[in-house]
Amino acid sequence: MPEMLLPIVLTVNGAAVRVMPGTTVAAAVLLAGSTTRNSVRGEIRGPLCGMGICFECRVTIDGVPHQRSCQVLCTPRMQVATS
Amino acid sequence: MKTTFEIVVVGAGPAGIAAAVTAAESGRSVGLVDDNPAPGGQIWRAGGCLPAAARNWINRLEQSLVERLQGWRVFDSPERGVLRVERNRSTFAEHAELRFEKLILATGARERLLPFPGWTLPNVMGAGGLDAMVRGGLPIEGKRVVVAGTGPLLLAVAAHLSERGARVLAICEQASHRQMVPLAAQLARQPGKLWQGVQYRWRTRRTPYRMNCRPVSAQGDEKLKSVVLEENGKQQVMECDYLACGFHLVPNTELPELLGCRLEDGFVSTNDLMQTSLQNVACAGEPTGIGGVEIALLEGRIAAMAVCGRGREAHGLIRKRRAARGFVSALSRACGLTSRMRESANDETIVCRCEDVLLGSLRERSGWRDAKLHTRCGMGPCQGRVCGGAVEYLFGWHVESVRPPLFPSFVSSLAGSAAQTNDSEHIGETV
Repeated sequence: MPEMLLPIVLTVNGAAVRVMPGTTVAAAVLLAGSTTRNSVRGEIRGPLCGMGICFECRVTIDGVPHQRSCQVLCTPRMQVATS
Repeated sequence: MKTTFEIVVVGAGPAGIAAAVTAAESGRSVGLVDDNPAPGGQIWRAGGCLPAAARNWINRLEQSLVERLQGWRVFDSPERGVLRVERNRSTFAEHAELRFEKLILATGARERLLPFPGWTLPNVMGAGGLDAMVRGGLPIEGKRVVVAGTGPLLLAVAAHLSERGARVLAICEQASHRQMVPLAAQLARQPGKLWQGVQYRWRTRRTPYRMNCRPVSAQGDEKLKSVVLEENGKQQVMECDYLACGFHLVPNTELPELLGCRLEDGFVSTNDLMQTSLQNVACAGEPTGIGGVEIALLEGRIAAMAVCGRGREAHGLIRKRRAARGFVSALSRACGLTSRMRESANDETIVCRCEDVLLGSLRERSGWRDAKLHTRCGMGPCQGRVCGGAVEYLFGWHVESVRPPLFPSFVSSLAGSAAQTNDSEHIGETV
């Protein structure tokens, strides 16, 4: 990752998070101290497979639900909401 | 975007990159579809230092005329010679139909993840999963990590995480020393691989490598706090921030199966030229047998030469591939799961994480389909990609009946219309 790139600021559940370009939304969610979803029985879940297979990391990005956050890179002013 | 190609390659890991570059260098129009943000697949994932071979191939890809469809996933093949793909674009989902004469499938593999009490806690991840998260920007410096499971990936992950400043407390391999002997014999015949292993071990020299060692349970309230390990029958609690747990690899055969490619023992069956049972479809890399990067590169090149009508020139590569295949069977024996991980899971352990299906409710079921119908096991958004590998190990069930859409997809993509994603629902749960 080139060092000269400027950090990106996005929000996770309304709180600002600063990340370097190339950071996945899943990593940003963990950086913000959040987890990604609640399971059918109400368990708290976080990312598992890191490669878009398991769907444990799904979050709402800019209003679109069920996005696999490990497959999406952060962009400026992105709004991420977890359940 | 261009959507009609002579050759479409699915998957931009080593096999797919080698296939696409080789075909493009033969003057063919090539489209390379991949669902990750950048090429490299899992083993050459961006966001960390890459081996020279990876940099070379990715450079060749960037300089080639290959049309790269990065971030697109294949969800259906409505007719021969057509793939339907979609990708998310902020508030829209884009979809397209790709048309081709020849198809090369390089869909790679995923980790086998096995259930044990506490494996659903946040910060318990796949071994490659944690590695991918770190490459995706998760800070790991100073974090305490336990790496457990089976297979050579554990050592590679531990080496990379150590390099990034993680405190890797232990590498726990469920296999016994005796199981590893045939693999060691193969390694001795492949100096390149042996050297790679030696380098990984050197980079993790401060971390104990434990054989006959498995995770028994993970503890924590809202996230992982500690793991119980059992080594040669003795249990030990180890506090850690992350548990990276992978039990070797499972090939991604969903798309080959959907197309109708014949499988043998769970892998896509091909001839020496990597052609599948379908005349216009070739397959390369892990779906034909878990063998690692070198074999994947050979297979990608062979597949591309064959579909470009240059199969005769591939003799040298085919010979190299045959020689390297010994490693595939040695590896699968070395990574053969002992029965001990079955003892880790109990009736209260979740097996299907999408639908929270407990192991106890699966015991009376007769097979995969019966379990789906009665418990919803495998009916969630991952469509059995995670629990399928687990029930195969726990009960010997074969995961069957692949059908479109291969992934939950937007209604607009399924309908072929241009609806906004906010208005649409995901469809993809199949019986």
